Amino acid sequence: MRIATDILQPNVQPGNETIKMSGRKVCVHYAEKQALFDVDLDIVANQVISLIGPSGCGKSTFLRCLNRMNDTIDICKVSGAITLEGQDIYDKAIDVVELRARVGMVFQKPNPFPKSIYENVAYGPRIHGMTRSKDELDELVTSSLRRAGLWNEVKDRLDQPGTGLSGGQQQRVCIARAIATKPEVLLMDEPCSALDPIATAIIEELIDELRENFTIVIVTHSMQQAARVSQKTAFFHLGKLIEEGPTEQIFTNPHHKKTQDYITGRIG
Amino acid sequence: MAGEELQQLSSIHTSNEARGRLAKRYRTEGYFKWVGRAAIGVSIAFLLLLLTSVASQGLPAFVFNFVNLPLDISAEKLGADGSDLQALKKADYDSVIRDAIRAQFPDVKSRNGKRALGGILSSGAPVYLRQQILDNPSLIASGKSLEIPISDFADLYLKGQIARSSFVDGAANLKIELQDKEYGLIADAPIFASVLAKAKAQLAVQVGALRNEQAGLLRSQSKLEDEIKTFKTRIPTETDTQISDRLETSLARTEKNLSILLKRIDALAASAAALDERIANKELGETLTSDMPSTLLYVGGNVLKLTSVTDKTALATPYFSLDEEIDQAAKGTWQLRTLDVVEANRKFSDQEIVWTDILVERGFVRSGFNTIFFTRGASREPEMAGVLGAAVGSALTLIITLALAFPLGVAAAIYLEEFAPKNRWTTIIEVNINNLAAVPSIVFGLLGLAVFLNFFNLDRSAPYVGGMVLALMTLPTIIIASRAALRAVPPSIREAALGIGASRLQTVTHHVLPLAMPGILTGTIIGMAQALGETAPLLMIGMVAFVVDVPTTFSDPSTVLPVQIFMWADFPEPAFQQRTSAAILVLLAFLIAMNAIAVVLRKRFERRW
Repeated sequence: MRIATDILQPNVQPGNETIKMSGRKVCVHYAEKQALFDVDLDIVANQVISLIGPSGCGKSTFLRCLNRMNDTIDICKVSGAITLEGQDIYDKAIDVVELRARVGMVFQKPNPFPKSIYENVAYGPRIHGMTRSKDELDELVTSSLRRAGLWNEVKDRLDQPGTGLSGGQQQRVCIARAIATKPEVLLMDEPCSALDPIATAIIEELIDELRENFTIVIVTHSMQQAARVSQKTAFFHLGKLIEEGPTEQIFTNPHHKKTQDYITGRIG
Repeated sequence: MAGEELQQLSSIHTSNEARGRLAKRYRTEGYFKWVGRAAIGVSIAFLLLLLTSVASQGLPAFVFNFVNLPLDISAEKLGADGSDLQALKKADYDSVIRDAIRAQFPDVKSRNGKRALGGILSSGAPVYLRQQILDNPSLIASGKSLEIPISDFADLYLKGQIARSSFVDGAANLKIELQDKEYGLIADAPIFASVLAKAKAQLAVQVGALRNEQAGLLRSQSKLEDEIKTFKTRIPTETDTQISDRLETSLARTEKNLSILLKRIDALAASAAALDERIANKELGETLTSDMPSTLLYVGGNVLKLTSVTDKTALATPYFSLDEEIDQAAKGTWQLRTLDVVEANRKFSDQEIVWTDILVERGFVRSGFNTIFFTRGASREPEMAGVLGAAVGSALTLIITLALAFPLGVAAAIYLEEFAPKNRWTTIIEVNINNLAAVPSIVFGLLGLAVFLNFFNLDRSAPYVGGMVLALMTLPTIIIASRAALRAVPPSIREAALGIGASRLQTVTHHVLPLAMPGILTGTIIGMAQALGETAPLLMIGMVAFVVDVPTTFSDPSTVLPVQIFMWADFPEPAFQQRTSAAILVLLAFLIAMNAIAVVLRKRFERRW
């Protein structure tokens, strides 16, 4: 079970890869039930890493540990260390609000606020006091929507409710909302699971573009998606990180039998 | 084999048995629909019944008859001109009104007659007049006519709720002659026969009562006779002289009682027989008493009340007369009026009816919107009693209730739902809040009495204390409704806000609370409506007071609508019964207005999102 980390030799990365976030011996308990077992994983800056694995394997749980969304669940206990640029995010000195501003999240189900499209995107900058004037805020909203590839579709109806858009558009509003806060890391929990192939394609393209500015962690059930968008892939099974490495290597030459079985469709 | 299985499979849903099951399912659904429709129909029927009964009782109270007599409110009469308010306050308004009504009926000379005359105007009329003049002293010089309220019974009579009358044209020529104080009437046809027949019918009722009494006495008689018989058989056999002496005296006493009883029975029988004879003798005239239907005779502006009749003649007292002398009336120039409720059974005499009619005839009575009911506080006189005091009391009380219960309740719900850890303590708190919602309201009244009045010595009967008690009562309702509304907000909204880096409080105030607001408002309105209709806890803290003045501040003694209704429902006067229903209508209007506000607010909140 330590294979992945043995192979990877954490913190020693070839080339100019810098570690953005890393987890060491991360265990998560939901009351009595343990959901994650000693996960060690590094997330490289300006790369996309996919977390794959069968349902209930703990990939979403791990993702939610990265911005402490698990704090909202009373019975959830996290142990081990998760660092963001070397700083432990579960440290008392870390403010969870600041952390979530730095580590944004896009959820499985599009969840725009039942407000106007503009208000949806402007909410983050507003509560964090990121802009000084209305013009600046307008500019930020516009650029976020542009980067989310939604600008042309909604520029004439920014004052209409975000909930009135189609599923794919809603998810892109959520992405725009997340990137408007200018996070360093963007967590995406199965962002395309509720979308049709066309919307999925748009969002995948978007993820690829966003990689320039953000570090992205994406949970997906679609092997093809993982292969298409990510540079790194981590395979989880029954709460354990089985294998992690460059996407190409995982899909073409997995070291572990379970990984191979999952990828080829024999388990899952 | 496989084919057979397929055959079987397909027949599972198409066999007759399956079709039967399907039909049964539809049938059950149909029954359910009909039961539902019947339930709704029954509730609508009861609601309509309730509303129509309350409305038919209460709506007449929204209209009232005012009297517009020429009042002498000159400076000389009042002994003060418009500039001297102090003197105006002390002026004798009673005599203004007395003189005005007497001027209309100068021929009423007797003391009793004069007093009865005053009775057709409200006894609150002087107060009403005084207030009008004090409010606007310039009325004195203006010589404008002022309206004063008519008495409650006169008002009821004018609304046709005292007695109905039927008029019959006189079908005979009539000779009228003054005999002493009464008029003798002689007709050339038996036109009084029906009046006489009604009088005789009343006599028959009396005979029935006498016969009943007689039957009772006859039973006593046979009992006494039995006793005597026992005494008589025992005395000869008794050896003890002492006992036999005692028995002798008892026997003598019983025999005496029996003879008295027999005399009474004879007397009863005699009067019954006499009455029977009177009934049988159609020729014999009868005196009309107050338990016989009243008959009034209208001839040329004069009103006479028949006091005794035979079939062709009658004696009558003048109830109202113009000064013209009349000694005869031709067929068709006069009328007989019969009232369906006998005078003994109503609080408004024939004489008062005649006077009221004259006032109407002279155009002094105006029926209009009952401003008194909507502008005054409580009063012992139904015609002077108003609902404004109680309505303002209710409004003041509810303002306090809302101001306390809404923020506290919503804050408590937000804390419990969004912030508090889910552990044993919060479970205990939740169970207790649910229990509090089911506590009878009078218990909250007792709590208010013990804590607010006895311990903190706050004001008795004050709306702010009432508001505090009702707030205690309403809090659990608001908390429970608010928690349910908060729980109904999808967690994805919270995650979205938290994921962007909103703090918990920002998440709640920016996103969760606005989405829960319609539900919270609904719960609050239910609680407030409950508080509006609450009587018991307010009785405990003294808001049952008889408050004449309309309260203006939160500490003025006051009462509330349901308590006012409760008090009025206790009064025997029929006019108060009407006002009770009218006050219920006001309470319903209050309730509908509150609900309308809630609906508007809810719509506004929903539109914002």
